[in-house]
Amino acid sequence: MRATAQDPRFYSYSLPASAIAASILKFQQPNFTRLRLSWGLSSKAKPPVTMGAKKENSDDEMDEKVKKYLRGDAANLEGVKDKKLKGQLAVREDLYGKSAKTAAKIEKWLLPSEGGYLEAEGIEKTWRIKQESIAREVDILSSRNQYDIVLPELGPYTLDFTSNGRYMAAAGRKGHLAIVDMKTLNLIKEIQVRETVRDVAYLHNELFFAAAQKKYTYIYNREGTELHCLKEHGPVLRLQFLKNHFLLASINKFGQLRYQDVTMGEMIGNFRTGLGRTDVMQVNPFNGVVALGHSSGTVTMWKPTSSVPLVKMLCHPGPVSSLAFHPNGHLMATSGRENKIKIWDLRKFEVIQTLPCHAKTLNFSQKGLLAAGTGSFIQILADFSGSQNYSSYMTHSMAKGYQVGKVLFRPYEDILGIGHSMGWSSILIPGSGEPNFDSWVANPFETSKQRREKEVHSLLDKLPPETIMLDPTKVGTVRVPQKKEKPTKKDIEAEMEAAIETAKDTEFKKKTKGRNKPSKRATKRREMIDKAKRPFLEQQTQEHETSRKKQKTNPETEMPKSLQRFVRQKAT
Amino acid sequence: MKVKVISRSTDEFTRERSQDLQRVFRNFDPTLRSQEKAVEYVRALNAAKLDKIFARPFIGAMDGHRDSIKCMAKNPNYLKAIFSGSDDGDIRLWDMASRRTVCQFPGHQGAVQGLTVSTDGSILVSCGSDCTVRLWNVSDANLADSDYLSDNSAKPQAVYVWKNAFRAVDHQWDGDLFATAGAQVDVWNHNRSQPVNTFDWGSDTTISIRFNPGEPNILATSANDRSITLYDLRMSSPARKVIMRTKTNSIAWNPMEPMNFTAANEDCNCYSYDARKLEEAKCVHKDHVSAVMDIDFSPTGREFVTGSYDRTVRIFQYNGGHSREIYHTKRMQRVFCVKYSCDASYVISGSDDTNLRLWKAKASEQLGVVLPRERKKQEYLEAVKNRYKHLPEVKRIVRHRHLPKPVYKAANLRRTMIEAERRKEQRRKAHSAPGSIVTEPVRKRRIIKEVE
Repeated sequence: MRATAQDPRFYSYSLPASAIAASILKFQQPNFTRLRLSWGLSSKAKPPVTMGAKKENSDDEMDEKVKKYLRGDAANLEGVKDKKLKGQLAVREDLYGKSAKTAAKIEKWLLPSEGGYLEAEGIEKTWRIKQESIAREVDILSSRNQYDIVLPELGPYTLDFTSNGRYMAAAGRKGHLAIVDMKTLNLIKEIQVRETVRDVAYLHNELFFAAAQKKYTYIYNREGTELHCLKEHGPVLRLQFLKNHFLLASINKFGQLRYQDVTMGEMIGNFRTGLGRTDVMQVNPFNGVVALGHSSGTVTMWKPTSSVPLVKMLCHPGPVSSLAFHPNGHLMATSGRENKIKIWDLRKFEVIQTLPCHAKTLNFSQKGLLAAGTGSFIQILADFSGSQNYSSYMTHSMAKGYQVGKVLFRPYEDILGIGHSMGWSSILIPGSGEPNFDSWVANPFETSKQRREKEVHSLLDKLPPETIMLDPTKVGTVRVPQKKEKPTKKDIEAEMEAAIETAKDTEFKKKTKGRNKPSKRATKRREMIDKAKRPFLEQQTQEHETSRKKQKTNPETEMPKSLQRFVRQKAT
Repeated sequence: MKVKVISRSTDEFTRERSQDLQRVFRNFDPTLRSQEKAVEYVRALNAAKLDKIFARPFIGAMDGHRDSIKCMAKNPNYLKAIFSGSDDGDIRLWDMASRRTVCQFPGHQGAVQGLTVSTDGSILVSCGSDCTVRLWNVSDANLADSDYLSDNSAKPQAVYVWKNAFRAVDHQWDGDLFATAGAQVDVWNHNRSQPVNTFDWGSDTTISIRFNPGEPNILATSANDRSITLYDLRMSSPARKVIMRTKTNSIAWNPMEPMNFTAANEDCNCYSYDARKLEEAKCVHKDHVSAVMDIDFSPTGREFVTGSYDRTVRIFQYNGGHSREIYHTKRMQRVFCVKYSCDASYVISGSDDTNLRLWKAKASEQLGVVLPRERKKQEYLEAVKNRYKHLPEVKRIVRHRHLPKPVYKAANLRRTMIEAERRKEQRRKAHSAPGSIVTEPVRKRRIIKEVE
C-alpha cells in the first residue's frame, strides 16, 4: 500500500520545448571533452592491437562502464515532431555519449588505486580463510587496522563513521563516548556522560555528533562539549542523519519518528508510526527515505512531509531484526527471527533471494558486500558475478561471549568495524571498500580548510525536505496532467485518516492559573479531530443527497409508453 | 591465497610542501553521489537568485549632445569608440571606457541623419537633412593626434552636395562604395562628388539602408511605402521587394548568416526574413509596445538589440519570439538608435534625451578579467539554470523583470486586444463552413505581397 503525494514544485505541467528537452535528457554531466584533450586521450586514436578474444572482453567491459555513466537509456527522438528541438536533442545525446565514453576511459586508465581482492587457490575456500592469515599476507599498515579493543565494563558498543571514513564515534551503553581518528588510531576525546547511551550518529562532519541518551538526545562537539539538548525527541532508540538534507531522524521508545533540521533547529516532521516500539531504522542513501522495521514483520518507509508511510511491506512472519540498504538504492536486505535473510529489489518490491542465515545486524559495503552479524559470528556475503546472487565470501568468529551489536563497513577502506558487548573490533575484508574517492564528495585526507569549504558548499546545496521521494530521478520531469478521477472510497478514507492523525498531533498551549484542566484539554482535542473530520462527513452527506436525487428522477423517466411524450426533457 | 587490501600512503594523497597546491582526486562514479537531480535543482534555484542579485546592466550615460541623438556608427577597427550624430548637426566621437567625447566633427547645418564608417576604419561618412554628405578622416593615427588638438574638432575631408535631403547612409563591407537613402537610393564612391549609380523603384522616400555583410553588392532598404527592397549593385535594376502592412524603420543583416535579415517595424514587432524567400517571415519577434525604431545584430549573430519608441531597449535571441532582456531607465526617453558593441559585451542606446547610454549585454556578467575557474563556475551555473528553468519556482525568478508602469499597462492592453481579435476570429471560423475561413500564420499575415 502506498500513499502518493507529489510536491508540485519539482515537476512542470506545461510542455514547452525546454521541458521536453529536460525530461528526456539526463544529467548535466561535467564537460569531459576538455578533460579528454588535456589528458591526451583522443577518441579517434586506434585501440592497441590485441588478440581477438581479449579485445571483445575489453569492449564488453567498456560498454558496461559506459552504460553506468549514461545513467539510463538514451532518449527516444522518434516521437519528437519539432525539427529544431529534435536537432538540439540529437546534439545533446551525442555529447552525453562522448562524456560517458570519456568517463569510462578515465575509470579504466586514470584512477589512482585499485580495489582489494581475496582469491583462494586450489581447494581452499575464501570463507575458511582466517583474519590472522590475511594479516600475515598484507602490509604492515593494513595489518595495524585489525584489532580488538576490549572494554568489558562499559556495555555493548555501537559505532558510527564519518562519511569519509576517517573518524569513528563509539558509544558504550553505560555512557562512554569516544571519538577516534582512524588514520592514526588516535583517541581524540572520550567522555563519560553517566547515563545510558543507546545510539550515536555523526552529523555532517567530524565536529558534531549526536548521542541518544536516556531521556533526551544531545549534540556534542569534537571536544566533548555539549552543544544542544534535543528535548522534543524524547527517549530515542536510534538516530540516523540524512546528509544531503541535514536532517536528523530519530525513532523513540513510543514509536514516534521525528525529523529535525540541524542547520536551523526546526522540527520538520513528527509522526506516530502506530506500529509500536522498534529500534530497527535505516536511511536509504539513494533517495533519503527512512525505513523502519517493526515487530509485526512489516517494513515501512517514510518521508518527512507525509504522516502516512510511503510504503508498507510485509517482510517476515516475525519481528524484523535488522535492515540494510545497498548504496545503489535498489537492494534492501532484511532479516527476521526465523533465521532468514531476504534480499529485496526495491523497484519491484519483490524478494530476489532468501538466505538461510541468522542476522542480528546487517550492513552493506560500498562495493555491495553484505555483512551479517549474530552472536559472536560474522558472515560476509558477496555477489561475485554482479548478478545479485549473494553467497558466502568470508566469515569471522570472535571470542565466545562477545555478542555482536553492530557491524559497520568503513567507507573507502577494506575494513569492517564491529561493535560488540566487550568493546569494538576491526577486521579486514578485502574488496569491500571503494578504492578511489572523489575529493569533492568525501576526502579521507581532508585538511581543516577543505573541511570548512566543504561545509559551506554542502550548506548551499542543502536539499529541501520535499525532495525526498521514492524515485529521486523524477525531479524536473514533465508530469502529464491526468484527468481528475473521482477519488475512490478507500482514498477518501485514507485522506480522512491522515487528517485525523495530523489533528491528533497538534500541540496545545499550556494554560496557567487553573485553566489547564485535563477534561478541557481532552474536549479540545476531540474538537480538533471533529473539525478535521467535518469536511469529509459533509462530502459524504452531499453525495448521499445527490444519489437520492438521482434515484428520485429515475422513476420519472420510467413512465408508460403513452405518456413518454410528456416527460420533461433536460436541456441539452 | 592471493589477497590485497586497500592501503593508501599519506604521501601520495597529501601535498609535500605548503607551497604546493592541495591534491584533488576525482571519481565520476554516479553511485558515490545520491540525489543528483535534486542537488542540481537547488543549484539552479540559487543560480537564478544570484543572477538577479548581480543584474546591474546600466554602466553609464554619455552626456554632451545638445539635441536628440538620431544615429550612431561603430568603427570596426577600434572597439573602444563610437560615433554619434544628433539633430543639431553635432557629430561626436566617444571613448566608451571613460565616457567622454574624444573629438567633435562640426559642420552639418541641419540634423545628422546617418553615420557610417568604412570597413578599414579610415573614413567616417555622415549625411544630413542639409542635402550634404561629408567624409571625415578618422584613421587611428588621426584620432591619437586629435588628443593633442586644442579645440578637439576636425575638418571634413570632403563635402558633397546633392539634390535632396538624405535619410540614411551605409558603407559597403569590403569595398569603397557607400550608399545613401533619401528620395532615391544613391551609390557613391569616396572620390567622386556625384553618385556613381542611382536606384529608384517606388514613389516614396527610402528611410533606411543596409549593405549585406556576406555579399558586398547586395543591400536592403526600407521605404515610406511600407516596403522592404533588396538591390543588387551589379544589376542596374532592383532585385526584389516585399510590401508589408506597416512601415519598417530599420533593417539589420545577421553577420553570421548573411542571407537573413531582421526588420524593425512600426507595428511593434521585428520580422526576420530569409532574403531568398521573402513571401514569409522566418520569425516574428514580439515584445515591444510601441514602434521599434532601430535594430542591430551582435557580432556573434545569435542576438540582436532593438530600441523602440516606448522608451525601452530589448535584447532578443535571433530565433526567439520574445525578448530575453529589457532595459529601461526613468531618464531615458524615446530610443532612436541602438548599437551592439563589436565585442558582443555592450549595448549602446541613443535617445531623445540627448544621452548615449552604455549597458551590459548580459546584465549579471562580471566585467573585466575573469579567472578560468570563475568562468567555469559561471558557465556551469548558467547551464544548470537553463536546464531547470521550466520548473515553476526557477521560472518565476528567471522570467521576472520590472517594467515601467506605462509599458506594463500598454502590454496588457495589447494582449487583451490581440486576444479579443483572436477569439472573434475563432468564433467566426467555428460558425462558418469548414474551410471557408483560412487563418494565415502570423509570419505571413503582415505581408501584403512580394514583387519581383
